[in-house]
Amino acid sequence: MRDSIVRLEKAAKAFGTPEGQTVTALDAIDLTVRRNEFLTLLGPSGCGKTTLLQAISGFVELDSGRILIDGEDMTDRPPYRRPVNTVFQNYALFPHMTVGENTGYALEVAGIARPERAKRVAEALRMVGLDGMEGRKPRQLSGGQQQRVALARAIIARPKLLLLDEPLSALDKNLRQAMQIELKTLQHDLGISFIFVTHDQQEALTMSDRVAVLSGGRIQQLDTPRAIYDQPKNSFVATFVGASNLFEGRAEGARLVTGDGLSIAHAKAGASGAATALIRPEQFFLAQQGDTAPSLDVDLEQIVFVGSTFELFGRTATGRRVIAEIPAARRNLVGEIEQSRRARLAYDPAAVHLIPAEAA
Amino acid sequence: MSSIAFRRRAQLGLLLGPVSLFLAVFFLGPLAIMIVTSFLAPGLYGGVEWTWYPHNYGRILGFADPMFEDFDPVYIAIFLRSLKIAALTVVATLLVCYPAAFCISRLSERWKNFCLFLITLPFFTSLIVRLFIWVLILRQTGLVNSVLLNTGVVARPLELIYTDGAIVLGMVYVFIPFMFMPVYASVEKLDWTLVRASLDLGAGPIRTFLRIILPLTAPGIAGGAVIVFIPALGNFVVPAILGGAKVMMLGNLIEQQFLAARNWPFGSALAMMVMSVMLVLLCVYVIVSGRRGIDAATGR
Repeated sequence: MRDSIVRLEKAAKAFGTPEGQTVTALDAIDLTVRRNEFLTLLGPSGCGKTTLLQAISGFVELDSGRILIDGEDMTDRPPYRRPVNTVFQNYALFPHMTVGENTGYALEVAGIARPERAKRVAEALRMVGLDGMEGRKPRQLSGGQQQRVALARAIIARPKLLLLDEPLSALDKNLRQAMQIELKTLQHDLGISFIFVTHDQQEALTMSDRVAVLSGGRIQQLDTPRAIYDQPKNSFVATFVGASNLFEGRAEGARLVTGDGLSIAHAKAGASGAATALIRPEQFFLAQQGDTAPSLDVDLEQIVFVGSTFELFGRTATGRRVIAEIPAARRNLVGEIEQSRRARLAYDPAAVHLIPAEAA
Repeated sequence: MSSIAFRRRAQLGLLLGPVSLFLAVFFLGPLAIMIVTSFLAPGLYGGVEWTWYPHNYGRILGFADPMFEDFDPVYIAIFLRSLKIAALTVVATLLVCYPAAFCISRLSERWKNFCLFLITLPFFTSLIVRLFIWVLILRQTGLVNSVLLNTGVVARPLELIYTDGAIVLGMVYVFIPFMFMPVYASVEKLDWTLVRASLDLGAGPIRTFLRIILPLTAPGIAGGAVIVFIPALGNFVVPAILGGAKVMMLGNLIEQQFLAARNWPFGSALAMMVMSVMLVLLCVYVIVSGRRGIDAATGR
């Protein structure tokens, strides 16, 4: 209890569409965010992640359930009385104020005197690498700089919790990756919890302490990035986070047999009943003469070179699609299969993850 | 100059030519005539006498004759009343239009267009007819008074028409669309995530309004104020119909000097005076909005 900063209890919200239907944005969500944690809400658009964020910041009123921040019930508090600040997707900088005025807005509103304010504004701008930019107007800054001002503005009042609503989506790729690292460092230095919303799974895996995968207004899985990737609880999580090969079938002993007769070896000896086996593309390797590892034979449809890897798109004899990633260092082997257009994809049974059918 | 740039300029000149010519002949020409006339002596039966006579301006300031003996600031009083009525009109139209703009900007596209159509609807009928309907409503035996008398709210009919109040009411009625359009344009453009950001950063609704919404919509308010104030100051139709002979505004005074008193130089001098006041106001507006308008509005 004491180590949690935010708790949602059975938080529910439904919206009416103009066509007269109701859409469940939050389906009785329970969620606990720990102190000092970088938590990411990950999901496709319309999964409820933004609604969840807005429920915490106070812009969405819950139909039922409670929100506690630092042990205090915030369910009925307006946004301006919650110890939470937000970095908005389009930055939402005030165009008629300078960078300094934008950054110091929360302090100005809180009635902090001008000299103290100026000191803290300078400090906040230094933290985001914009020292001395106080006098500029937002429109004179680049997208990345505006992003940093939005960040400085949101952290200056030392909120108990910082909410970030897809703040990096408007930046180009290189800047985005640099900002990912910076955000993580900033969170560590500030020692406050971040809740970060994104639909980019790479971003979620890179930055987070924990990731909550949302779909249909529910949390499908809440776990560390590695657990989310390696042991997805259901096939939605498996397909949304990373590329995946899924084989539905029945587990019998150390094998899983699919409807079309494939046999997948796995290491969970005790498993039985309907289940889905997950093999990540990078778990495959090209079998060589004399390899004893279990394997799948595929006809190759496409071989794509993406720099660090080759991506192989193949089909089994029964027409099932299989994706494999082969490190580019093994290009001599790839040369062979490019000729034959056939490949034997081997895998380690220990790397196969079994998803029980009831969860799938 | 490259030939393309030259062609561009030539095209531009060709496009601007007609309107420039029109303005030169029909705006600058009459303006020059008026400036000259305002410094000439009035003719006995209208027209002008070609003698240097700057006393038209002295008369506006209250000196009835070139001897500076009598002082009667009757024209200054009319001038001040006109300023007051025009200012009241601006404030009243703003009070009506500003909240309305927020309501309409949040409607669906269809209702928005419908409301904008309603606001332009009065332009389809004659202004004079619409103002005479106000006479029917406001006069001693009019709609308002008969309702008030019959329900026993008042014992004697109220004096509604031929007052400053009636003129302001008429002005507000006439100028609401002129205020609404610029105000609506800036309210419609307002980015509501900025309002959210302000609330999120701890500013309550009132503070958010004063610090974010008001400064960001200030250009529309200033634009509307200028567009309403200037024609309201010189308007003579509304005071003529709803002010009767009792309340005179600058517009009526000028009209009277030209048509009834046949004192063209004095009428011209009055018109020049109104114009210079408007020019000063426009300059202030341009300077203020040139400094982004908003900075001044937030008191920084």
